[in-house]
Formats: sequence, C-alpha cells, structure tokens
Amino acid sequence: MTGPVTPQSPGAGVPAIEIDELHKHFGALEVLKGIDFVVDPREVVCVIGPSGSGKSTLLRCVNKLEEPTSGRILIEGDDITDPDCDVDAVRRRIGMVFQSFNLFPHLDVMGNLTIAQRRVLRRSKADAIATATAMLERVGLVDKAREFPARLSGGQQQRVAIARALCMSPDMMLFDEVTSALDPELVGEVLAVMRSLAEEGMTMMVVTHEMGFARRVADRVVFMDDGVVVEEGPPAEVLGDPRHERTRRFLSQVAERDLGDPPP
Amino acid sequence: MSSPDPTGTGSAVGSTGPGHRRLTRRQRARLTRGVVYAATLLLVAWLVVSVDWGRLQEAFFQPDVFAEQFPEIVTRAARNTLIFTALSFSIALVAGLVLALLRLSSITPYRWFAIVYIELFRGMPALITVIAVGFAIPIALDARVPGIYGAGSLALGIVYSAYMAETIRAGIEAVPRGQVEAARSLGMSHTWAMTSIVIPQAFRIVIPPLTNELVALIKDTSLLFVLGTTIETIEITKFARDAVSKTFNITPLVAAAAVYLAITVPLTRLVGLLEARARKAR
Repeated sequence: MTGPVTPQSPGAGVPAIEIDELHKHFGALEVLKGIDFVVDPREVVCVIGPSGSGKSTLLRCVNKLEEPTSGRILIEGDDITDPDCDVDAVRRRIGMVFQSFNLFPHLDVMGNLTIAQRRVLRRSKADAIATATAMLERVGLVDKAREFPARLSGGQQQRVAIARALCMSPDMMLFDEVTSALDPELVGEVLAVMRSLAEEGMTMMVVTHEMGFARRVADRVVFMDDGVVVEEGPPAEVLGDPRHERTRRFLSQVAERDLGDPPP
Repeated sequence: MSSPDPTGTGSAVGSTGPGHRRLTRRQRARLTRGVVYAATLLLVAWLVVSVDWGRLQEAFFQPDVFAEQFPEIVTRAARNTLIFTALSFSIALVAGLVLALLRLSSITPYRWFAIVYIELFRGMPALITVIAVGFAIPIALDARVPGIYGAGSLALGIVYSAYMAETIRAGIEAVPRGQVEAARSLGMSHTWAMTSIVIPQAFRIVIPPLTNELVALIKDTSLLFVLGTTIETIEITKFARDAVSKTFNITPLVAAAAVYLAITVPLTRLVGLLEARARKAR
C-alpha cells in the first residue's frame, strides 16, 4: 500500500477493479463459481457469454448491488467486501448504467442529473447544473434538460442515464447490457457515446451482447459461461480465434442470430 | 317472452330451432336491452304512482325545517367535521407513513409491531377504538388528550393510520427495484434513496386510494358523538340528530346528507380525474 501521506491515485499500479475467488449463491444455486478478474485503469473490458452465465451478477457485485457470498473485491485498492468499508463512498467512484435505464420518472432530466450531485457530493446548485449541462452536451441532449424521462426515446433515456452517472465524476463505469432493451435503430447512438468515453480513457467494464462493439472498442474480452471465466484476451483472439469449444459454440450462435435466421 | 313467428306456426317441430336462428346476434342483444329498459321504466313508474309522496315529504322534507338548518349546519357543524377530518387525516398520514416504513423494515421487532398495530386497528370497529381512546387513555394515564378536538382526532387518526399504512406500503412496493439500485449506485445512502426517490414516487401512486380513505374519514367523524359533544365541537350528524329530536321530523338528516354529499362528491370526482391522469401517464 502507499504511504499515509500520498493520496490514492488511480494508475499508480493499483488495479481499478480486482476480484479474488468470488463466489455468489442464490439459495442453492451457485451463480459465480470462483471468479478471478482484474480491470486496469483506463482499460475497457467487455464481458460476454450466454444468458445465465453470471456476467450481470458479476458486474452487480462490483458495486455491491449483489452481496458476494465469499471472495474479495477491491476497488482501487479498497476492499468493499470488508464489513467496515463505506460502500456508499466507494460507489461514488463507480458509475453504473442499467439495461432498463432506471431514470427517476418524477424528476425531469436536469433533476435526474443534479439530485445525487447535490445530495451526495454536496455541490452547489449552480455547480451541479453546470456539470449536468456539460454532460448533456457530451451525450448530445442538452435541449432535453427540461423534459421528463417518459417523453424521451429509449436511446435518449439511456444517454441521459450515462450522463447522470458521469455527473458524479466517476473513476470507472459499469455497463449492464445497456442496449438490450432498445429498439435496434436506437442502439447505435448509445454505443457511439460509450465508444467516445472509451477513447477518452474511461475505465469501463461492459457486459454486452454487441459483438461488434466488443471487437472494435474493447481492450480485452472475457468470455463467461456457467459461473466461470472460460477464456479472456484481446478481442481478435477471443472473438476471432477462440481456444475453447464453449466460446466457439457461443460465438457461432450469436453469429447466426446476427444473420437473422429463424429460431429453431 | 314469446316472440311472434313471422313465417307462421309449426315450423319448429322437426328442424333444429330455425326460429331462434332467424334472430342475429345483434338483434338478440337489442331485444334483451329493450326488455331491461322496459322493466326498469315499469318499476320506476310503479314507484312514482304507489309512493305516498305527501306523507314522505311531511316526514323527510319539510322545506321550512330544511331551511332552518342553514346556515348553522354549514358554519358550525360542517366546519367542525372538516376540522376533525383535517386533524385526523394529518395524524393518520404521518403515522401511516411511519408504520409503512416499520412494516417494510429489515428489523423484525419493528415489523412485528407494525403488523400487530395494523391488524388491531383495521380489524376493530372504529367506534370501539374511538371509545377506547376517549375513555381508556384518561383512566390509564390520568391525562386528557389536549384540545377540544384532540381526543376525537387522535382516535380517528389511530384507526386511519392503520389503513393508510397498508396503502402506503403497497405504494412503496410498487416502485420498481431499479429505482433504489440507481439511487444507491449514485452513492446515495438508503435513507436518501427512500426520501428523495422512492417515497415521492410512492405517494404519486397512492394519491387516489388515499383520497378514497379521506372520503371515508369524513363520514366516520360522525362516530365522534360517543365522546360527548359540546356546542363547540358538534359535527354534522350529531347536529342533525339533535335537530331531529327537537323538531320530531327527519328533515334535518336529509339536510345533513346534502351537506356530506356537497363535500364528498367533488372529492370522489377528483379521484376519478387523478386516476384517469395516472392511467395516461403510464
């Protein structure tokens, strides 16, 4: 660990996310069967795998929306599985975007973007609005500041959700199948925002079914199946020339779906 | 009813009911509706003819007795009804929210306390609770609930907090889990997530049922006569009953009914509007 005087700075050799021997049970069902996993600062990691493979549960464990059964999770060196850890403080450094957007329907877009800045970071109203406006510009929705979420398209809602997370100035972002609930023609605008974030050096852990995004944007692709990491590596390797039979089978099924074959 | 057969008689014997087949589905529906309308009209006509309107009016609606009730039934009695309603509704709303949160707490004794409280006061007739609060508390604690409206409002507040707790709990549970997750993922504490994200959404959901409970509460203020009423605290029903015994005529109760309806009907219409708006917003 660093000395008492030096503040913790990301990139100083400490991984952004470090997962050790993580197990998660839901009752008798073991969803994660010993995951070891590291995400370095400024790295973009895409987690792929069939539904039920445990990839979303893994992501939700990283900011403790799910309580791990055993194992350790370190965020920039802080052990969030330690009962003494202030999880709220750690979560402030982690932005999360959900499949179902989860915007606050009783607040307009500006309210969605400022409420946590005001309550959690104790920013002044002017500061919060300035930050929110900057983030809305970044996702291309500055003209929607006074709209309520119900009046936005799915793609716009998801871009607002990304902006909301960015307002907290997080050190890293988690994306949980963020395009799965979108109409196909709206997927592109969300992926474009994510891609620009990646290019600016944001640390990202992305659970996704978008193989094209994983191939082009990820530094590393992790394939999970049945609660374990089957293989990981550069996208060209894992997606182009997988070593494991399970990975090959999954990729061929996904490819078939992309061609629009009728279901069996 | 036997419908005339336009093709003549006797054709129905060997064939499988061509007489029925001749009426299309729509014609049959029209026929049924016509019969229902006719029967209703007959019933109304019979009532109009056979009721002794003169005697009825004498007992229930003497214009001069009716007029005598005003304006005091509004300025004094309805005013007191509304004061009791406002006070007990405020008590019930605050206590109901606290009970709903206790009911949803992860701490078992809190949950049990809320369950027992809710079951007790929902299950007992309001009249018994009113008597208990009005007479048992002064005996048990050797203290009176302060204020001329205090005991009555507290009693109804206790009863209605049990109903409202269940309504508010349902509202809180109707807010999707993802809302709390989004709030927590932004670093909000559980308390912040509840107070600024979940409870505001829950209250929007429960405004229509809470308004229905408000209407019921307005009517239940009529139970408070059992606590004894003074000229200062008299509410609509007691006021009308006193007038009945003075005039030996039921007309004051009709006036009371009119005053209640003037308060409750706008409220129930408002609920309808709110519900229609909520449906559109979904």
